[in-house]
Amino acid sequence: MTVPTDLDRRFRDAADREGLVDVAYDLADSPVGELLLAVTDRGLCRIAYRPDDALDELAGDFGVRVLRVPHRVDQARRELDEYFEGRRREFDLDLDLTPVGAFNREALRELARVPYGQVTTYGALAARVGHPKAARAIGGAMNRNPIPIVLPCHRVVGANGKLVGYAGGLDRKELLLKLEGAMLDTLFP
Amino acid sequence: MMDAMALPPFERFYAEHRDEVYRLLARRLGRQRAEDAFQETFLRALRAYPALRHGDYLRAWVLTIARNVAVDAFRREKTTGQTVGARLQSGSDSFSHEPVELPRRPAYAELEHLTDELPPTERAAVVLRYAYDLPYAAIGAALGSSEDAARQAASAGVRRLRRRENTT
Repeated sequence: MTVPTDLDRRFRDAADREGLVDVAYDLADSPVGELLLAVTDRGLCRIAYRPDDALDELAGDFGVRVLRVPHRVDQARRELDEYFEGRRREFDLDLDLTPVGAFNREALRELARVPYGQVTTYGALAARVGHPKAARAIGGAMNRNPIPIVLPCHRVVGANGKLVGYAGGLDRKELLLKLEGAMLDTLFP
Repeated sequence: MMDAMALPPFERFYAEHRDEVYRLLARRLGRQRAEDAFQETFLRALRAYPALRHGDYLRAWVLTIARNVAVDAFRREKTTGQTVGARLQSGSDSFSHEPVELPRRPAYAELEHLTDELPPTERAAVVLRYAYDLPYAAIGAALGSSEDAARQAASAGVRRLRRRENTT
């Protein structure tokens, strides 16, 4: 005898309504695989390519009361669907970056300004946050970006135009850039 | 001594124990009334969860909460004069604990036995405090009361046990 589905849902909704949830999340299908989307009261806090590991990280960053509450991520899910269908170029979502340190947060803020379909380099991004020699540190910040896709670290490439790296794997980086119509070959002939 | 297990994210704890909690409540209250009790059980657990210091004995903890919620539901019905479900048998052991498969732990087994005749709230407070080593905040939340009330229930239970020991 297992818990009836609607009872399970009612518990999750009641927990959320009573403000007992630190992090609400759900899973979403996408062309780059299954994603975990997570929100706090402040906004979207995580998009994860590896849902299992993400639960523990979320508990460490925001509190142990991590619970799947599907309707809480509806807006993020909708905007991502539109993005993957090519109907959205910018996201209109509140973000929660509280666990991110000052330098990385500054890097992510600059990253958010890189437009759809364009790419920049680690060095150029470093210069824009006022540390022109910190390309490697920028790489680290991109690697630990808690909200990929929405914060478009896939748009950051090496000085020679090589994709270099992506926490979600280079296949995904390439797919996202292709989806956006970024012409890597013409940018770095 | 072995290291305590880290407290898992609530979702993992919930997914692991929800079916067993639901079965226990359905057995005691019937399916209909088990639904409210199920929700109440996990809301209490969720309120108390951040106060837990480790992830040991979570199963016994949540089953204790469930039993208390069932006792509360039973009491509420009694005081409002409604008929009590046929699943609740008469007799002093109506709410006796289900067999709990814990790692062998003498302190726990001893307490389970010794506390048999305590009122349910005092019994739960004593067992959670002294067998599972839970903080009073977590026990209070599990019992649907406050940290202070949990402390009082535990010490009232201990006093009652001492008195009984002295008279036998």
